[in-house]
Amino acid sequence: MGTVRRHAFIDSPADEVWALVGDPARLHDWFPIVSCEVVGKKRWINLASGLRFEEDIITLDHDLRRFQYSIVNNLIVKSHLGTVDVIPDGPNRCMVMYGTDIDPEPMGLIIIGAAGAGLEKLQEIFAANGAK
Amino acid sequence: MGRKILFITTDQQRFDALGCNGGLIARTPNIDALAATGINYNRAHPQSVVCMPSRSTMITGQHVATHGVWMNGVPLPNDAPSVATTLHDAGYKTALIGKAHFEPFLDPFLRFVENQLANTGAHSLIEDGHLHRGFDHMESASHGGMGSFHYAQWLMKNHPEAVPMYYRVLDMSLQVSAEGGGDTGAPQAHVNNIPREWYHTDWVADRTIAWLDSLDADADWFCWVSFPDPHHPWDPPASETHRVNWRDLDLPAGYPQNRAEREAILDNKPAQWRKWYDGEFVSNYEAPLKWVPNTLTDDQVREVNALTHIENELIDEAVGRMMKRIDERGWGADTDVLFSTDHGELQGDFGLLFKGPYHVDSLMRVPLIWRPAPSAGINPATVVAPVGHVSLASTFCHIAGLPQPDYAEAPRLPVNENEATELGHERVLTEWDSVLFGKIVRLRSICRDGWVATACMPGSIHEGTEGELYNLANDPLQQVNLWSDPAQKSLRDDLLADMWDHLPTPDAVRRECDAPV
Repeated sequence: MGTVRRHAFIDSPADEVWALVGDPARLHDWFPIVSCEVVGKKRWINLASGLRFEEDIITLDHDLRRFQYSIVNNLIVKSHLGTVDVIPDGPNRCMVMYGTDIDPEPMGLIIIGAAGAGLEKLQEIFAANGAK
Repeated sequence: MGRKILFITTDQQRFDALGCNGGLIARTPNIDALAATGINYNRAHPQSVVCMPSRSTMITGQHVATHGVWMNGVPLPNDAPSVATTLHDAGYKTALIGKAHFEPFLDPFLRFVENQLANTGAHSLIEDGHLHRGFDHMESASHGGMGSFHYAQWLMKNHPEAVPMYYRVLDMSLQVSAEGGGDTGAPQAHVNNIPREWYHTDWVADRTIAWLDSLDADADWFCWVSFPDPHHPWDPPASETHRVNWRDLDLPAGYPQNRAEREAILDNKPAQWRKWYDGEFVSNYEAPLKWVPNTLTDDQVREVNALTHIENELIDEAVGRMMKRIDERGWGADTDVLFSTDHGELQGDFGLLFKGPYHVDSLMRVPLIWRPAPSAGINPATVVAPVGHVSLASTFCHIAGLPQPDYAEAPRLPVNENEATELGHERVLTEWDSVLFGKIVRLRSICRDGWVATACMPGSIHEGTEGELYNLANDPLQQVNLWSDPAQKSLRDDLLADMWDHLPTPDAVRRECDAPV
């Protein structure tokens, strides 16, 4: 099992950031995927390479601002738990923390690399919003 | 018209792979001819012994601490300096054909341009008004028939039946496969029934010739030809395995046949050596996680060496084909050729295969040849002064009549020993950093005055006081570690002080690793 983590500070209120991060159907707005579909507690994400991942939504806690999901029915991934937290840092700033626990380990580096790009995208999105 | 530049690299090739460097098995007459009519560097080191950091040094002219690609999986930023950009801006046509690897290979999100180009069939990308990495033309290949590479796309489209003939490099856990094959069960040895003309070595040469043929006769050009071999897997076309029978090979000098002797040598080195040998500490992704080196047999060493020699012969023949085409185009007198590799291969030395945090000649001493354009009138020479890949960018610019770029951290390569002194080639530095799920290894090495000193920095198995010190003349196989010899303490401390004085200071914030490789 491999454990990896990335984080980013965003100069926007936690509730505003959570409105995007906490919407499982809007993942493609900030994470480097092509599209996603959500049906109940299931999500499917489509990658630019043509790969498609099936995920179970484990936690969607709007009070805690925590989202957890698990890649399932995958030939490579034996076990997985992804956790995204949006943590307030004062009224107008927050930290987004993206963690992944996964077997096999190498997959963790790939996912967290993409998460890093996603966190940068979140910073761009909210910097642009703040500039308006 | 200026001088044209053909830059040929291989992947994971030892110094002694070539006839011109004392190799006795693989026949490499074309590369030997370049050495005989050019400058053969006897003590050239990469600035890292793994692919991405080493290749990033080649293109940026910077040490690892500066370009920041500190281990495989860390992408070189798109806006990093590139000697190809400098040459392109000076009017050169530029191409990279073969293995690039400035960006991670394992990229299902297709975040990286190298992979995007292959998947879309494009050969260049303009970002913010600049060509990606400065190349007009990029055509990628790697060690097999799968992945986001132009070669893999070509093979799948034209010869799909050949794709599974290659060794499958990764297992179902995305780990580097430990599966054995060939006659001896050696890891990553494999019988590959692919026809030779479809093999990636010949494809890289074919595509290079096609690109050269596309150029106007009066063009100035810089072409980086990057062969994926002889990097594992060891799976040359089966039709070629008759060239070297592994049963006929002597064991390499660096492989102590007596197990007790072998293990005593390892025990006299810092902990990462013996711990990997025993399968207790796999610090990096560049060797199979599930393979334990102390299971390596004499015959497996022979077979891996034989397959490597075969791959080296195929590379040499590809070089010959490209040189012939350059002559046919009328460019022979005005073309500089540089030949090197990104790093070496243990290939049985110390009872080990592959690569890792091991700063000895097996991995650090690399072939480096500069055959200046005959029209330049530069005499052939052998240079024994220490030089590094960090000098390549300045050398390419020198050939093109350009000054040393501001971003380059080392002077150009010397054309003889006197010039090595004049240009200040006194030392060469190599860095290793790996952080893999909590396993941390960091090494810094200097080669100067016929010695190699390596300091182990604090990490998972090093306190920061350990290291290695070798006298290259007395101990060419680096089997006697003098780090703790009181008689050598003054020399060791002097070498280390010189190393710390000359290593660039890295950025305070280390860039993230985005993939295993």
